[in-house]
Amino acid sequence: MSNIKVGVLGIQGDIEENVLATAEALKKLNLRGTVESVRYSESIADLDGLILPGGESTVIGSLLSIQGKVFQTIEKKITEGMPVLGTCAGLIMLSKRTYDKVVGETKQKLFGMLDVVIERNAFGRQHESFEADLEIPVLGKEPFRGIFIRSPIVNNVGESVTILTKLNDKIVAVKQNNIIGTSFHPELSSDRRLHELFIKDIVGFRKD
Amino acid sequence: MTISIVATEEERNGIKFKNLHNEQLVQGTTLVKRGFAHMQKHGVIMDVTTVEQAQIAEDAGAVAVMVLDKLPYDVRKAGGVARTASIKVIEEIMNEITIPLMAKCRIGHISEAKILEVIGVDMIDESEVLTPADEENHIWKWDYTTPFVNGAKNLGEALRRIEEGSSMIRTKGEPGTGNIAEAIRHIKQVNNDIRKLRSFYFDKDDQELIKFSRELKISYPLIKETAKLARLPVVNFAAGGISTPADAALVMNLGCDGVFVGSGIFKAEDPVQRAKSIVLATTYYDDPTIVMEAQKLVDEKKSLLGLDTKSLELRMQERGPMI
Repeated sequence: MSNIKVGVLGIQGDIEENVLATAEALKKLNLRGTVESVRYSESIADLDGLILPGGESTVIGSLLSIQGKVFQTIEKKITEGMPVLGTCAGLIMLSKRTYDKVVGETKQKLFGMLDVVIERNAFGRQHESFEADLEIPVLGKEPFRGIFIRSPIVNNVGESVTILTKLNDKIVAVKQNNIIGTSFHPELSSDRRLHELFIKDIVGFRKD
Repeated sequence: MTISIVATEEERNGIKFKNLHNEQLVQGTTLVKRGFAHMQKHGVIMDVTTVEQAQIAEDAGAVAVMVLDKLPYDVRKAGGVARTASIKVIEEIMNEITIPLMAKCRIGHISEAKILEVIGVDMIDESEVLTPADEENHIWKWDYTTPFVNGAKNLGEALRRIEEGSSMIRTKGEPGTGNIAEAIRHIKQVNNDIRKLRSFYFDKDDQELIKFSRELKISYPLIKETAKLARLPVVNFAAGGISTPADAALVMNLGCDGVFVGSGIFKAEDPVQRAKSIVLATTYYDDPTIVMEAQKLVDEKKSLLGLDTKSLELRMQERGPMI
């Protein structure tokens, strides 16, 4: 198999952290591939998989509305089945609808392909941000250390959405076909199993 | 691990354990605090003094707002003592915007910092823009669950603040002047010091490394980590005098992770356009065509006129404890 090409949307947020996490996951899976930050529609059109990193979803959304072509290319690629991983802000960007815990409905730009409703800043402000062990059955028995930073939660899921894990009854990771979304930041812990799951999706996608 | 966790204190009062049914949550850990700063990367943090300004900042694509009583330019003009912002204003802004909110406390003012933590600001800036409360010591920031950002003029200052528990560094620059020269000097100072460290590390010259750590008054493990990473172990933003999209692109090209804009936006006559254009230039800093398009959105006649940093009565970067 030729090289796998993974991109991390390089608009705002923890881009380099996701690049590093993906490179480590590729190495662990013994796969040949490249991973880099992408900001132009030409380089996105070329990808086998895309990560929407953590950051501020309003910022990423507003820059994507200025760079309309980038937005459309991502939309098209996801519809065609390209695997995509969204962490925190990335999860919000993928969702169908989102509202803020304090402020309420927000008019931010979303891709809207993931059939979920998101509550932003659901655990509260930064001093309430936390780490916790999560049980994620698809990743095996070993708990996954979740880093939650002003995290959103998934409030409502459509029929085609699989819940990957909950924390205290709140949904914090989901999968819908080629889309994986997490409330927490798998790129910030040292566990690479979630990025590996995403890469396995890419391998499967390329076989089809 | 994508976040450096070297130089994290063992007995940290800022760490809190919380039990929710079967799950145990831990708050205020180094990962959670430094992680917050990592989420700000490639973004623009804007100084604001009112709800209206905060709304403009959020709509323009600010990654966070910094709430002050007066913009640095007005702090300079007003003279007197500059203190933390009104609680009421902070709370009003908190209820209107969804992006993170930061606020400044005076250097060494433990109580102002605790107040800001209780209200729930997302990050505290222990800032030389306000009048220092303690001329000898900075705040021991490991005592807080809320992360801190601190200013630095050189590598020694930056690493000393990190050892005290700071989760993010910004250059000091000379705030409120609209003049970027001092910020550039501080960025280059840090970069050059790190270059030197990196060459010691590659040459495996431990004797030079430890000498450097003694000169800078920093623990050896933190010096070694910085040398190994070839950058500051926490997120590093530029601040002080950024006024135009081109200014933002300049500091990003020098290796900063993002920018703070103080007086540059709301002391200009075109704040809405300016805020948007600086955000665009920060993301596409290495693409001259897009930076040009961003620069086209602003009118130089409307920029903050600015001040010559050589003839200032008050040099904010010199304030506060020496060590």
